[in-house]
Amino acid sequence: MALHFELVTPAKLVRSEDVHMVVVPGTEGEFGVLEGHAPFMSTIADGALQVYKTANGAPEQIRITGGFAEVGDAGLTVLAEHVEG
Amino acid sequence: MASLKELKGRINSVKSTQKITKAKQMVAAAKLRKAQAAAESARPYAARLAEVMGSLASKITVSENSPKLLAGTGSDQVHLLVVANSDKGLCGAFNSNIVKAARAKARELEAEGKTVLFYLIGRKGRAVIKREHPKQIAHMFDTTDVRDPGFNEAERVADELVAMYEDGKFDVAHLFFSKFRSALLQEPTGMQIIPVPAPKEAATGSDAVTEYEPEEEEILAALLPRYLKTQIFGALLENAASEQGASMTAMDNATRNAGELIDKLTIVYNRTRQAAITTELVEIIAGAEAL
Repeated sequence: MALHFELVTPAKLVRSEDVHMVVVPGTEGEFGVLEGHAPFMSTIADGALQVYKTANGAPEQIRITGGFAEVGDAGLTVLAEHVEG
Repeated sequence: MASLKELKGRINSVKSTQKITKAKQMVAAAKLRKAQAAAESARPYAARLAEVMGSLASKITVSENSPKLLAGTGSDQVHLLVVANSDKGLCGAFNSNIVKAARAKARELEAEGKTVLFYLIGRKGRAVIKREHPKQIAHMFDTTDVRDPGFNEAERVADELVAMYEDGKFDVAHLFFSKFRSALLQEPTGMQIIPVPAPKEAATGSDAVTEYEPEEEEILAALLPRYLKTQIFGALLENAASEQGASMTAMDNATRNAGELIDKLTIVYNRTRQAAITTELVEIIAGAEAL
């Protein structure tokens, strides 16, 4: 019951881990990705990803710019040009 | 015949040159490892982006309404050659090989009656191209103030290129850099970057219908400049690794040559010294016999 989440920048693979849910600020509105999400691609507005490690825990914020999200069988992959923190 | 003192001086000077080349070789080896690691860690992003671009490009057909970066300007009169060089020398034929490849392309295009412009990244190679094509340098991008050209530089280069492209300053852009094969082998390479050549269609992992937000074309339009940046970034990284590889090989050769030279000079030195001693002895003996 976990979503595989990868965050990649041109310089390196920032994160590759299993999480509960990620809320992504898409250009056409925020969307949350849980495990088993339908295949989906979206550009991301500059803003913060919210990563929920567990269902009830507090989200971790990762600020990104120039992002792109891809949801597939392998989970969620976020390509970002810049990542803060 | 050089005097003993002169010979000694030469040997010492070659020795200190050898020390420098040896040090530079070791520095290059260390830097090469770092540059390779950087190129390695840049791969996932480039691979993913190419995959996404491939699957997107296979879904839309290139038409007049497609983004200009993909469809082109409709003409191919003005060609821009982006030549990526290093800022430092001491790396053998690394820079001149890249410049040679670019000049060959320039001549080929000019023979076809096209206009050729240059966009130079890095300090080396400027002089040669300036001499050959004094009025055709569109811009010189300076990387002397940064240690290792990274994504920020690639981003700035890509932004400038896109701006120039949109102003109609050129129709087609080619990128010249050195591909890193191994520490011994670097391959000067040229490839077209604008209009973006349609990436090879990537095998999609699943047959499930993927939803797009916004539409495919809009996503593609947003991704094209990023793809360009990634390609330039990749080229800069390859170049960095190649430079260090070439430098290592060149310095290894230089160190070996210096060693040979020292051996030769030492033999000459010893011979001269012996000759001097023999002459002295002969003089003494001759003097003693005369008594």
